[in-house]
Amino acid sequence: MNQPKPYMNPYLAGFLLGMVLLATIYITGRGLGASGAFKSVVIATVESVAPQHAENTAYYKDFAEQNPDGPWKNWLVFEVIGVFIGAFFSGVLANRVGLKLEKGPRATTTIRIIGALVGGALFGFGSQLGRGCTSGSALSGMAVLSLGGILTMLAIFGAAYALAYFFRKLWLK
Amino acid sequence: MGPLVPYIISEEFSLVIALLLGIAFGFILEQAGFSSTKKLVGLFYGYDFTVLRVFFTAGITAMAGVLLLGHYGLLDLDIIYVNPTFLQSALLGGAIMGAGFIIGGFCPGTSVCAAAIGKLDAMTFIFGSILGVWVFTESFPLLENFYTANNMGNMRISDFLGMSNIQFGFILAAVAVMAFVATWFIESKVNNRTTSVPHPLGTKYLLAGGVLFVVLAVVAFLPGRDDIIKSRIAEAKRQQKCVFREMSADKLANEIVNNYYAINVIDVRTPEEFDKFHIPMAINMPFDRMMDRQWESILRQRMKTNIFYADSDTLVKMACLKANYIGKSDNFILHETAGEFQQMFFMADAPPPGSPKHLNEVYNFRSQAAAGMQSLVNSLKNIGAPVKKEVTKVRGGC
Repeated sequence: MNQPKPYMNPYLAGFLLGMVLLATIYITGRGLGASGAFKSVVIATVESVAPQHAENTAYYKDFAEQNPDGPWKNWLVFEVIGVFIGAFFSGVLANRVGLKLEKGPRATTTIRIIGALVGGALFGFGSQLGRGCTSGSALSGMAVLSLGGILTMLAIFGAAYALAYFFRKLWLK
Repeated sequence: MGPLVPYIISEEFSLVIALLLGIAFGFILEQAGFSSTKKLVGLFYGYDFTVLRVFFTAGITAMAGVLLLGHYGLLDLDIIYVNPTFLQSALLGGAIMGAGFIIGGFCPGTSVCAAAIGKLDAMTFIFGSILGVWVFTESFPLLENFYTANNMGNMRISDFLGMSNIQFGFILAAVAVMAFVATWFIESKVNNRTTSVPHPLGTKYLLAGGVLFVVLAVVAFLPGRDDIIKSRIAEAKRQQKCVFREMSADKLANEIVNNYYAINVIDVRTPEEFDKFHIPMAINMPFDRMMDRQWESILRQRMKTNIFYADSDTLVKMACLKANYIGKSDNFILHETAGEFQQMFFMADAPPPGSPKHLNEVYNFRSQAAAGMQSLVNSLKNIGAPVKKEVTKVRGGC
């Protein structure tokens, strides 16, 4: 198999990403996002697994009222499906596709999987509390100079830096 | 004028666009290396600042583009979605996400990219995120007060700091450039690399940075769409180049009574003056707010005649000129002022007995017209005669 191709120059990638974001804002009036699609998955799952619970809980009822077309017919869901396709395309072109687990040199597979699960759970929870993740709140917020978006961005990176030392065994030699 | 959804592109079709933009988003993220968790966390240990470079460059590019488009009136900055600010939940939510980032090694967008190329840890991360969101939705009643505390609205950081958007744009761009330079040195030190940028690339970076600051300077120092229209109006007014089509009060009253559906009577005075007295059936479109998007449908249509009026000749002429710059509607100005119209129709005294016949005729016509207009207003009250249009704000978010 061929060697993976090198990554794109980060500034060029950033510029192109910025243009995609700008096009998104110009066309739709709002930014990119990701965690909103996860919320749709959760709501759709709860609605189909426990319909009674969804009917009796205020949060799901409010969501259903605000999104009469259901959780799937949602801008962010389609966008994230696009992200999946686009990333796969890029991975194929650059010879990077294949089942693989990436971890720090000292971390075991079990630790990495637990870390990913716990980290994912924290990120998912935080993204709902902070009204958006790195894409929806921090990046898109920066583009439109949103105070909340920029504060969330500072909090994300600030906390990650503050905690980096304690989790160094996950990532460093 | 952007945004194109929902005015030009329908909500339904925007889903197709979402898919296409998503493909571009995912492709670039993967190309930049965001599908590798080691590259992502490298930011926090100083060995790889790719994330910061991509992220900051993207943010600055989009921001400069938004400001530039707004400056030339191509994008309405007043209605694009500005993420609302809830102080506590933004900070605590961000801090929890930061912990998730360093423990899990991804953020939601990048985990989707990594899962797409087969990374098992990313798939686990997505599963974890979904669990995390579920915990949030289930425990929402407990969190609700905290979640909605300290609502500061859709506030821009520039408003919060009391500066203009472009001033903050300059600051953010400067911070980004300094961060790029500083992280280059940090990365070199951590990785024991020689600290020289290859020469041709260095020149390109300088050029790119130069373009950024030129764009910002254009926004800051060159006149934008509003300024250009303003100066053209002032010029045309000064030189009296423009021929205004005028309509007399009697003719207008007759039009209102008989053809109200074919005309827009537009009051360009302030809302306070409008509330005190306005011509029946008139819409209030204050002069300063005429460029607002909500009026576009009136100033650009060709079905109805627009008739502008105000209290002064200058104001109404400027309004008419402005309307001509915005769209190609059939625009008239009322010869009389609002006050004169009120006098003529609603406060007129009957001519003394023995007056010439035509004075009596005028009086009869005007009082009948006044009654006609009044009854029209009453009968159309419920189908929204003087419409107060609301601007549709874009909904968005994560």
